[in-house]
Amino acid sequence: MSNATQLLRFITAGSVDDGKSTLIGRLLHDSKSIFEDQFSAISRTSEKRGMAAVDLSLLTDGLQAEREQGITIDVAYRYFATPKRKFIIGDTPGHEQYTRNMVTAASTANLAVILIDARKGVLTQTRRHSYLASLIGVPHIVLAVNKMDMVEYSKQRFEEIVGEYKRFAAQLNLHDVHCIPLSALDGDNVVEKSDAMDWYIGPTLLELLETVEIEHDVNTRDFRFPVQWVCRPQAQEYHDFRGFAGRIEAGDVSVGDEVTILPSGRSSKIKEIVTYDGHLQRAYAPQSVTLTLEDEIDISRGDMFVKAGGTTRCAQPAGSAIACDLASVAGSLGRMVNSSTGNVSEAHSLPAVAKEFEAMLCWLSETPLDKNRKYFVKHTTRTAKCLFSRIDYRVDVNTLERHPVAALNMNDIARVALKTQQPLVIDHYLDDHSTGSFIVIDEATNNTVAAGMIA
Amino acid sequence: MKLVDHNMTKHIFTHLDALESESIHIMREVAAECKNPALLFSGGKDSIVMLRIAEKAFRPAKFPFPLVHIDTEHNFPEVIATRDKLAADLGERLIVRSLEDSIARGTIVIKDLDKPRNPYQSVTLLETITEFGFDACMGGARRDEEKARAKERIFSFRDEFGQWDPKNQRPELWDIYNTRVHAGENIRVFPISNWTEMDIWEYIAREKLHIPCIYYAHKREVIRRGNALIPVSCLVQPKAGEIVETVSVRFRTVGDMTCTAPVESTAHTVEEIIAETATTRITERGATRMDDQTSDASMELRKKEGYF
Repeated sequence: MSNATQLLRFITAGSVDDGKSTLIGRLLHDSKSIFEDQFSAISRTSEKRGMAAVDLSLLTDGLQAEREQGITIDVAYRYFATPKRKFIIGDTPGHEQYTRNMVTAASTANLAVILIDARKGVLTQTRRHSYLASLIGVPHIVLAVNKMDMVEYSKQRFEEIVGEYKRFAAQLNLHDVHCIPLSALDGDNVVEKSDAMDWYIGPTLLELLETVEIEHDVNTRDFRFPVQWVCRPQAQEYHDFRGFAGRIEAGDVSVGDEVTILPSGRSSKIKEIVTYDGHLQRAYAPQSVTLTLEDEIDISRGDMFVKAGGTTRCAQPAGSAIACDLASVAGSLGRMVNSSTGNVSEAHSLPAVAKEFEAMLCWLSETPLDKNRKYFVKHTTRTAKCLFSRIDYRVDVNTLERHPVAALNMNDIARVALKTQQPLVIDHYLDDHSTGSFIVIDEATNNTVAAGMIA
Repeated sequence: MKLVDHNMTKHIFTHLDALESESIHIMREVAAECKNPALLFSGGKDSIVMLRIAEKAFRPAKFPFPLVHIDTEHNFPEVIATRDKLAADLGERLIVRSLEDSIARGTIVIKDLDKPRNPYQSVTLLETITEFGFDACMGGARRDEEKARAKERIFSFRDEFGQWDPKNQRPELWDIYNTRVHAGENIRVFPISNWTEMDIWEYIAREKLHIPCIYYAHKREVIRRGNALIPVSCLVQPKAGEIVETVSVRFRTVGDMTCTAPVESTAHTVEEIIAETATTRITERGATRMDDQTSDASMELRKKEGYF
């Protein structure tokens, strides 16, 4: 394998009944990613359970507790590779707590495979999976219409399902949807092309996973660099060295660029881009680097470097006119419309510095949200105390209907307003996942209780 | 997110670049947010990769944490020599605590001193954590190694007894890590969670890392027990009727000498190891770790008891 292969992270959404585990097993098996000792272990288990054939789904269940109960509890990560790409599968169970697990796995995914049983078509759960994928902003969707062998490999049936799905998906923030007819059980269109469906001329699932373009999944325009750690070597030769270590979350930076440090608003110029492998002239997201500045400015963890100039895209006082949730703001990505002139602007934009903002929230904890309590919000490299000033509505993930609510329970998705003790440097989640996302931590238990997307 | 293309020259960001940047980001989060972290360093290939990532994360400064090794005293001497050499070359602080100390204290009681000692490592690790007050220990475990690891978070929270509760893990979203713990609790952090065995070897090749010589093919006296080749050492001698053979082997993992088996190999360079790894049909631990094969859940049970 050459070193120039890319990494693709994807999730599979669907229940055991849709053949999800079989599909993953088939991908691993047909791409020769199952090792002999793994295969003999699941063969032994299948035999012990009195099964006639080897159950490939056993590859994807892990813990003793699960094996005893015959369910999968949590997100598990699987790894496989082809000569073209390396893959990480975020495998989530399709049972209760589905929302929590799927949101977790989807948060780092480039692509989501949404499984449909060709006999059943678009179901409530398909809508739920698609809504969650669009909420988390998964850039690419594959609608895998499985069990085509059960509908006589009918082109007409496939097209009916695709038509229905596309009508539904038009309401959501899904941009890149691919539909593939397949049979995981027999391997049709998973790795190998199907002889039974010569009417389908598109790629197989694996071909698509190997070729879908992911370079543009990160924001390449607006430089964002949250300071993680200040590098001050205690050695004589580095007496004056003050480096700001972090990962470029979006955009790029070059030596000599004018940068503004937020929230203070002070400016300087990039002096060096330091890496272990030597100084760079220019660095890009998502590289981890250390930056030094021409001027001595008081900077610490939690501050953010952005390019000087630019316009603020994210005007964000709580209660502003953005009264829609993320899923319905389709279309305006990448190009921003300058609100005063209506012209399309390709200039880089600035984040907002705010202590009050609105977000879509997924509540993850068994303990409901308590509006009278304070929490911590961790956003980029900054942690601040926060409280929830409003819950606008809860979204029914099955129907997309909005309901007024007083409290939030586990797996609820809601639009809320927050106040933080210190200002955060924020973007809309749609514009930049890394500077638009946050987690909420319970002050008393230290548990992670919610995931938020600034909207 | 679809964004405007700046006509910039195309920068090729490979899977190794992506994994490396993620691991650097994780280590810096630990250094910035934890009060008293440590990096577990054994001299094995995964922890040698961790050291290079730490260099990339923190140079030109020193590491903001010490290196810690929990020595079973059952390690291969070549690995211990590499451990000491690398720590010295880097000028970083290495803390070694031995199972023998715990045995002397009476906190580990071992019937047979020559039996595998991995199950007891947890005791000395927890004692070391208490001795130094570490609130975070970074380890070189990978999710592709084993089923229980596949479900473990990158920041894995442990209670006061050092125990892992797989049913009660903190959700981990994006790359925003929750590092908060109460006094007495701590976290294990796995910066190379998402690396596979192949990634490790490709990185060793790319970075030209020095690894213990026993990872390369060499002639060694072994005994065949079941499917495994057991290296003959001061701790393992042939039983009556067993035949000692000299075979060209290499180690895919290095651990307790009594239970780490090498594989037959003629790979003398990293490139040759990569070629063998690409065609092997047996998993890393399946081929080499006899202690993980005692039951389907042995790793999960060890982790619940405080193993990393």
